[in-house]
Amino acid sequence: MSARERRIAELRRSLPEIAPREALRLQRQGAALIDVREPDEVAQGSPAGALRIVRGFLELSVEEEVPDLARPVLTLCAGGLRSLFAAHDLRELGYRDVRSIAGGFGAWKRAGLPVEVPRVLDQEQRERYGRHLAIPEVGEAGQVRLLESKVLLVGAGGLGSPAALYLAAAGVGTLGIVDDDVVDRSNLQRQVLHADARVGQPKVDSARQTLEALNPAVRVVPHRVRLDRTNVEQILAGHDVVVDGADNFPTRYLVNDACVKLRLPNVHASVYRFEGQLSVFWPARPTAAGPCYRCLYPEPPPPELAPSCAEAGVLGVLPGVMGLLQAVETIKLLVGVGQPLVGRLLQYDALSQRFTSLKLERDPDCRYCADGVPFPGYVDYERSCVPPAVAETR
Amino acid sequence: MSLATIRIPTPLRSLTAGAGEVAVRAATVRAALEELERRHPGVLARVLDERGETRGFVNIFLGDTNVKQLGGLDATVNGAAVISIVPAVAGGAP
Repeated sequence: MSARERRIAELRRSLPEIAPREALRLQRQGAALIDVREPDEVAQGSPAGALRIVRGFLELSVEEEVPDLARPVLTLCAGGLRSLFAAHDLRELGYRDVRSIAGGFGAWKRAGLPVEVPRVLDQEQRERYGRHLAIPEVGEAGQVRLLESKVLLVGAGGLGSPAALYLAAAGVGTLGIVDDDVVDRSNLQRQVLHADARVGQPKVDSARQTLEALNPAVRVVPHRVRLDRTNVEQILAGHDVVVDGADNFPTRYLVNDACVKLRLPNVHASVYRFEGQLSVFWPARPTAAGPCYRCLYPEPPPPELAPSCAEAGVLGVLPGVMGLLQAVETIKLLVGVGQPLVGRLLQYDALSQRFTSLKLERDPDCRYCADGVPFPGYVDYERSCVPPAVAETR
Repeated sequence: MSLATIRIPTPLRSLTAGAGEVAVRAATVRAALEELERRHPGVLARVLDERGETRGFVNIFLGDTNVKQLGGLDATVNGAAVISIVPAVAGGAP
């Protein structure tokens, strides 16, 4: 008898083995079923609802998934041997009720028990997103969510550029980009998606070129249009998050109103010279609903009270800071971690290097998002600030 | 009367001789804004409408709370308070 066979016989004497059908019964009663096989094996299928922790990381990772040492644990591998070793290790770790599933996944399938094919990362993705996988709050499940997500960026300008770069780098599967403009040399002081050689090209095409070079797996969907009441809903629909990086009030109100109607989170930022504002407007948030943009600002300023065009200008890096904060909020929403900036307005003052957080409440009388009010329709507000010298340079 | 600091947003600083903060003594938020207007005539018209209420594209915060949640502009200023004028900002940089 080889050492291996002797050891397996010892483990079988000291550890309970369990038939797949009985394991399913215990799983349904609350036991944790841990599939300890390698990712390429799991990719072919795994018991429905199983936790998937490769044997090599089992002791290191299991407590994050199963914090209660009293919870019954069932281990599974391909044929029922590796799961014996795994069960032994878990018992040594302190889990009190551990059983190995006899015959492993082969027996599970032969018994006709429920199987799912989990979306798992391939080798190239494991390499690319390794620093995400190392964060328990993101991990493989979070990365898969990012890969399956659709984000719409309104504007490929000062805010949209940094947001798009980091969302593409993070592996957000689909990035829709709305912008009807072409690249102007004066954009390049801050709009880092674009390049000097692409002055005169449509911004959405320039953006796609940069983003696909950074991460070829990202699907970039260009919308070379200006949002208006006739197209806003169709363009926003089907996304998980909308990132508002517009440069004018008419677009911001359209984006807000469509997000309210479509129940989408609206990750909003705006900048002026050395100052930025950031919030997540999301009245349809399933828990702790927040205000919409109109709860805060019911109507845009009339042209004569909007900041004059002559004053317009921004420190190039300022939309960089704010666009990155939009990317942070977007990724938090997609992965489902942390506290989103719902019901708060973050103000950034670059000159004093000060962040101020202000509390925002829902307006119970908001014309757009108050509970039970019918949607009042879209408004095409007049563009209030289009000075000839800078009109084409957003 | 408490000492309050009014934070002036950048778009209004052309009306406050460039000042980003103005310190005033006042018992209420409204009195603080009126004192701001005395020092920098014209600024308040961008913040309040003809009826003396906050315009729809501006919010006034006392500390971190919108004065709408504190009963309006007559909210009492206690201690060393910060009053922030927060306007809607369109940009992006056009």
